[in-house]
Amino acid sequence: MSDASQAGPVLAADGTPLKKSLQRALRAQKLRALALIAPLLIFILVTFVGPIADMLFRSVENAIVSETLPRTVVALEDWDHEAGEAPSEDVYRMMTYDMVTAAELKTHTRLGSRLNYETTGISSMFRKTGRRVDDFGEEYTDQFVALNPAWEEPATWVALMAASTDPFAISPAAEQALPETASIYADFAKTIADTKGDSVTEEEPWHPVYLALYTDLIANPDAASAFSGESAALISAAAAAVPTFEVTTTKDLFVKADKGWTDPEVWGTIKAFTPEYTSGYFLASVDLKKSPDGIESLPEDRQIYMLLFKRTLFMSLMIMGSCVILGYPIAFLLANLPMRTSNLLMILVLLPFWTSLLVRTSAWKILLQQQGVINDILVWIGLVDDADRLVMINNQFGTIVAMTHILLPFMILPLYSVMKTIPPYYVRAAKSLGATNWVAFWRVYFPQSVPGIGAGCILVFILAIGYYITPELVGGTTGTFISNRIAYHISSSLNWGLAAALGTILLAVVLILYWVYDKIVGIDNVSLG
Amino acid sequence: MSTAPENGFVVFDRVQKSYDGETLVVKDLNLSIGKGEFLTMLGPSGSGKTTCLMMLAGFETATHGEILLDGKPINNIPPHKRGIGMVFQNYALFPHMTVAENLAFPLEVRKLGKSEREAKVKRALEMVQMGDFGGRRPTQLSGGQQQRIALARALVFEPELVLMDEPLGALDKQLREHMQFEITNLAHSLGITTVYVTHDQTEALTMSDHVAVFDDGRIQQLAPPDLLYEKPENSFVAQFIGENNTLTGVVKEIREGRAIVQLDGGELIDAMPVNVSKAGERTKVSIRPERVEFNKDRLSPDALTLKAEVMEFIYMGDIFRTRLRVAGRDDFIIKTRNAPDQRRLKPGEMIEIGWLAEDCRALDA
Ligand SMILES: Nc1ncnc2c1ncn2[C@@H]1O[C@H](COP(=O)(O)OP(=O)(O)OP(=O)(O)O)[C@@H](O)[C@H]1O
Ligand SMILES: [Mg+2]
Repeated sequence: MSDASQAGPVLAADGTPLKKSLQRALRAQKLRALALIAPLLIFILVTFVGPIADMLFRSVENAIVSETLPRTVVALEDWDHEAGEAPSEDVYRMMTYDMVTAAELKTHTRLGSRLNYETTGISSMFRKTGRRVDDFGEEYTDQFVALNPAWEEPATWVALMAASTDPFAISPAAEQALPETASIYADFAKTIADTKGDSVTEEEPWHPVYLALYTDLIANPDAASAFSGESAALISAAAAAVPTFEVTTTKDLFVKADKGWTDPEVWGTIKAFTPEYTSGYFLASVDLKKSPDGIESLPEDRQIYMLLFKRTLFMSLMIMGSCVILGYPIAFLLANLPMRTSNLLMILVLLPFWTSLLVRTSAWKILLQQQGVINDILVWIGLVDDADRLVMINNQFGTIVAMTHILLPFMILPLYSVMKTIPPYYVRAAKSLGATNWVAFWRVYFPQSVPGIGAGCILVFILAIGYYITPELVGGTTGTFISNRIAYHISSSLNWGLAAALGTILLAVVLILYWVYDKIVGIDNVSLG
Repeated sequence: MSTAPENGFVVFDRVQKSYDGETLVVKDLNLSIGKGEFLTMLGPSGSGKTTCLMMLAGFETATHGEILLDGKPINNIPPHKRGIGMVFQNYALFPHMTVAENLAFPLEVRKLGKSEREAKVKRALEMVQMGDFGGRRPTQLSGGQQQRIALARALVFEPELVLMDEPLGALDKQLREHMQFEITNLAHSLGITTVYVTHDQTEALTMSDHVAVFDDGRIQQLAPPDLLYEKPENSFVAQFIGENNTLTGVVKEIREGRAIVQLDGGELIDAMPVNVSKAGERTKVSIRPERVEFNKDRLSPDALTLKAEVMEFIYMGDIFRTRLRVAGRDDFIIKTRNAPDQRRLKPGEMIEIGWLAEDCRALDA
């Protein structure tokens, strides 16, 4: 191998540079490693990471307002909430167009519930208005039809508006001359095609379409010049007649449907939640609210999340503390007993893993309830009066007791595995140096078991902070965790955005605590043995 | 073997120990160690050395018998009150403390003042030539350095008795030899009584005032190193210490402190009766390789000799090691000094070997 000694890059036996051939050799190895983990990786990405990322994304996602009310949102841009007045007629008219489309698609109730999280009452306004909005503009329909019955014919409209019917396309002339009508008619065409499979050739347009036509003709009396033939005649006749039409404002129609529509607060909320991304859910998660005048805190009686977060942290810490206090001696015993006895004890420690979580939690219910075993015994030995039995379940106490019991193995196991690695000669050495049993334990044994405590604490704390079933079953009202609230929003109130925000905050809190722990104790000081 | 108990600083008096209630790990141990003496316990693995040390330190209790320290029984004194320094096989330096903290530990628990503590730690570190290492963690030290710190820690509170359980087991040969020297020096200069456990016989021979050879839970022989090597009292000791040639046979007659032994092949040899008292007893005779002579001129005229065939000649620098076939066995070794006039034997050569009767010991069979 004389070429290795020559100047220049070292070559492999086949003449390629050694570095390159090493890389090639390693690449194959890396690919093989990747192939080994690929199934799990793909599985996790698809079933876990993806959905969770999507879920967390919901905490800021807010396209629903601008998607459902595209015209209103644009019209509201010029409206100033500070003035304290309801917006102009234009806004109400745009709202009519948006609402009628939404009502046909049945998306208005979803938007209503979304906005209801921010300002209560909006949900019912949307529902009520949604039922009536297809009648808005009926007077105009009647007046156009009175003028010429042809306005009732779907064919008239098709001739006027459509460039083609299948697929439907709006004609450029209509778009130019009658912009509002063209826009709502296009929505109409699309909506009936989507929801009923109907074609514009068979359906009479919605009443708000006539409202739009009226508005366009008032704004552009010369619209007929864009059309030809029958359509042009029809339009020019209508344009001549509209100034004499009887007029109703859409604002009045809205107010008739629900008085709430005059409230600038409602419009402010719609405007505030126009952007596609919002911090609203996060603010709500910490008992704040995004009002049109900026961020303000919720009224005292509606602040629950901070309380829940604090309670969750406090109770998790309590559970963690009780687990350390109860688990340490047991782990110590396990690690220092002869093999046979310690194996037996270990089975007792692991036993809870082999029984259902529900069974264990229910067992605590039976033990702790007021007519339960523990109260019975206390009454029987006379420690507690039969009249005032202790309340030990459906409150914080019950939750802490049950969860300490459930999470105890997660403290004992890391402690045990760390203690198992502490050789007995350290304590012996300490004693031979003159330390009493206690000093030898405290100065020599305990510091070496700290990594186990750290691992156990992190494990128990993180499990506790996200625990759901046990607090749900034995927590009552004072012992529930933030996770119960998240579950409520996921499955009952369907406010997934808020659930996602709460979850994200919980995740952030855990990460921050982890970071703090790393700073103070050092994550290298955590060992599972 | 056992000195009168009242003379010793440490005395084991008929001590027995069983862990499981079925077998005795230590059987009837009698041992007396004088003040300032360096005693080594030597023996094969599992012979009960550590157990004895642990009983002395107080981590195991004797099942029977008494252990006296400075004349007082210590069976009921807990370990931390015995004031015995101890060096563990794996040093047992506390990993979460620095070297200085490790050394200060025994002083702290004795409630010494801070300045006094610091002075003593400094002195102890200097004693083992580790003055600059006070701030390090044990894991940042080499094996030999850790060993010295362990030694310093065992000595820093000035115990009168120090126990060491195979403290050099983990070190390489060179460092071990260096540390052997340092330990004996320190122990002698401080006048500390030392009980040292090892199963390395060279270590035992070079370091100790007395060596106790353990086997099967008993002390097989307690003697100064030279006596142990030259005058083993039984065949276990003879084989355990140093290289040794063993021949088996029957005592033919004992006369004037000399025994004639007839080997299993019929040959007769001279030996010194140690564990045999009358003719007809079976015996193992033991002779050191360097005490075998093949130069007829150097043997006494009436000495009995054996025929031997040279099997192999190994040049080892300072000595020659020659393997012979003697009395039907071909593992008989002789060692000769590499001197200018020394003959180098050749394989196949036939020679006659003999020895002084007192170098050949007739021991128990
Ligand atoms: N804690 C114990 N429980 C039960 N048996 C033990 C215990 N410690 C030691 N033994 C047994 O006692 C016997 C003597 O052990 P000991 O540790 O004293 O040997 P040793 O001479 O120190 O050996 P080594 O040179 O290998 O260290 C051994 O057979 C061992 O199996
Ligand atoms: Mg041992």
